[in-house]
Amino acid sequence: MPYEIKFKQVLNPTTKMMVVRAPDVAAVCRPGQFVILRVNETGERFPLTIADFDRDKGDITIVYQEVGKSTKLLGSLEIGDEILDFVGPLGKPSPTDKYYGTVVAIGGGCGSAICYPVARAFKESGNYLITINGARSMDLLLFRKQMYEISDEFYETTDDGSCGVHGFVTAVLGDLIQKGRKIDLVFAVGPVPMMKFVSKTTEPSDIKTLVSLNSIMVDGTGMCGACRVTVGGQMKFACVDGPEFDGHQVDFNELMGRLNAYWEEEAVSMGRWMKETGGTA
Amino acid sequence: MADDKKRRERKPPTKKVPMPEQDPNLRRRNFNEVALGYTAEQAVEEANKCLGCRNPRCVSGCPVEVPIREFINLVREEKFVEAAQKIKETNSLPAICGRVCPQETQCEESCIYGIRNEPIAVGRLERFVADYAREQGESIPKTTKRTGRKVAIIGSGPAGLTCAGDLVKLGHEVQVFEAFHKPGGVLMYGIPEFRLPKDIVEAEVEYLEKMGVQFRYNFVVGKIRTVDQLMEEDGFDAVFIGTGAGAPNFLRIEGMNLVDVFSANEILTRTNLMRGYKFPEYDTPVRVGDKVAVIGGGNVAMDAARTALRLGAAEVSIVYRRSREQMPARAEEIHHAEEEGIQFKLLINPTEVHGDDKNHVIGMSCVRMELGEPDESGRRRPIPIPKSEFVLDVDTVIVAIGNSPNPIVPESIPGLELTKWGTIVVDEETGMSSREGIFAGGDIVTGAATVISAMGAGKKAARGIHKFLTGETVEGESGSEDESKKSESEKRKKSKKSKQDK
Repeated sequence: MPYEIKFKQVLNPTTKMMVVRAPDVAAVCRPGQFVILRVNETGERFPLTIADFDRDKGDITIVYQEVGKSTKLLGSLEIGDEILDFVGPLGKPSPTDKYYGTVVAIGGGCGSAICYPVARAFKESGNYLITINGARSMDLLLFRKQMYEISDEFYETTDDGSCGVHGFVTAVLGDLIQKGRKIDLVFAVGPVPMMKFVSKTTEPSDIKTLVSLNSIMVDGTGMCGACRVTVGGQMKFACVDGPEFDGHQVDFNELMGRLNAYWEEEAVSMGRWMKETGGTA
Repeated sequence: MADDKKRRERKPPTKKVPMPEQDPNLRRRNFNEVALGYTAEQAVEEANKCLGCRNPRCVSGCPVEVPIREFINLVREEKFVEAAQKIKETNSLPAICGRVCPQETQCEESCIYGIRNEPIAVGRLERFVADYAREQGESIPKTTKRTGRKVAIIGSGPAGLTCAGDLVKLGHEVQVFEAFHKPGGVLMYGIPEFRLPKDIVEAEVEYLEKMGVQFRYNFVVGKIRTVDQLMEEDGFDAVFIGTGAGAPNFLRIEGMNLVDVFSANEILTRTNLMRGYKFPEYDTPVRVGDKVAVIGGGNVAMDAARTALRLGAAEVSIVYRRSREQMPARAEEIHHAEEEGIQFKLLINPTEVHGDDKNHVIGMSCVRMELGEPDESGRRRPIPIPKSEFVLDVDTVIVAIGNSPNPIVPESIPGLELTKWGTIVVDEETGMSSREGIFAGGDIVTGAATVISAMGAGKKAARGIHKFLTGETVEGESGSEDESKKSESEKRKKSKKSKQDK
């Protein structure tokens, strides 16, 4: 079954958004779940968290940063092209149907796109929603309008100070905590160091913190164990037990090591890709 | 005296016609098939030894009831395509079975000729005729019957494919749902190319497709649709669950999450399904270091070890906590592994995997074991020898200590009775679970076992499903006729035996 690309948008120099026709997935997926895709016959399987879905149209939105060959290859496809394999929804959905009180949703970089449907669902469940959208610089901030529209309070941070608060997302979060704001749940998705420091920021005040992990996966159904992660001293598989876990329990250092497992091979693939495409992609 | 002399002059026991194989020194560095297969002459020579027993015992050792005597007779007559068709009456996957079945504990074990000689090489003959027929282009049997009933098969591994093949022959509409992008389950992701080439798996699946079985890939039942939705909303009259034992087990020791520790499943899936051995032509990387330890003593451990060697490891060891005699792997696999230079470190149990500051493996602590009293499996229990700890110099560890049932499908079915191991409880005879119309078979019922026992379960469930849907008992297959002639006790013995195979 072909998975046609119905829409494509370049969000910033390294990030793209695509709307893919996948009615089976769109019919049942819930915020926080992911898909695994394979672009072509020689391609690898890799996971992307669902950024949005339209049940009526049968569409799934994905947002991804072009960090390696596979995401570059995906990015080279145009509207009307087809993705060979697209399977999901995988993983457990976010616990968004519950009322917690005040929820702080934090998206960092490309993570903002993944944060968006989860944050929206928290809002729809009646929670007071504070969002913190962070990136290295203003041009890398994603989903600003969407996030703003669903939020009761909206903050932005940039590492270089080109927009919003100068600093990391933890600066705003720490400030909210320090001011004594009652926060019932923090949901964070973004680069691993960001999720690690968000968890460290909330730990002293014992604020429940969920992080969405982007482990390396092959099958995504609990079969290969590539995505295993230590949570509270226990071995968990991000694909079936997650992808969201209690940030205070996750061994982030181990996760970072495992994410770098194939960096040499990734560099080889990337080199070949640059050569094939003339280095323009 | 004269009698004595006569006895001494009896012909010496014969051996099987040897299987041509790739030289171990060459094959240890390539992924081409190890066993090359008989020529027509070799097949006829082997078949000619068959006694054609009036009451053949071989077939009772076969979980899918292949009419062995009949097909070997056809080989003798050089009717190879007809021989393959004969097998396909009861076995949809002969090219696969001929390669991966443990014949030595099944058909060949019961071979009467084999009492004094090496048994007839049933597996090699099965492989030969299946390959021959495929290369010649086989005709597809016409199924004219249409029952109008629809069956969903979940998982396209050996159990599911067998069940699908049998049901489509009986005139049912069959749809197979597969989570991966390719069919075959463990045949595709698990068993290496050098034992079971993937184009053979695809060809067997293509044959089923031509018979009318429909396949849907990238479809995770339990996530996209539940079994209840398939039955209530999508019009399926029965469901067969053959989702296998795909969840890898790890040891409960320190260091299991280091970067260079892999499940055998991961190494094998990257290599086989994703063709990682052709990296970077294929995008999926698979990497092992120079010194690889594979923990475990089963067939999967042998596959992982031999794969690691072919991926370029300088030294590969099997680390197993019991002795050689207790290894669950097939003798032939152990033999092939040894020929290729895999080292066997026996009666050794890992206690910790050590990593450096970047989480890379730099060694594995182990303890030596000795055998004590038999445990519940009947094997002598390995006991650590005090003060025998040592560190094995390795940079990669592959864990092959077994797989558990994948919980995604069973957990999505309310009211389904499971064992404490998460396997599905089914009726021995029909394969039906505690939920009406939902059948199961293979590793999801037995826990990790063999391809052929899963196929046997798929076959049994196909009969159960047919009876459930039509009220009719499956007849007309030579195998099932034999079955009906067998006494109850024989049947019981057989079902007991197939259990022991796991």
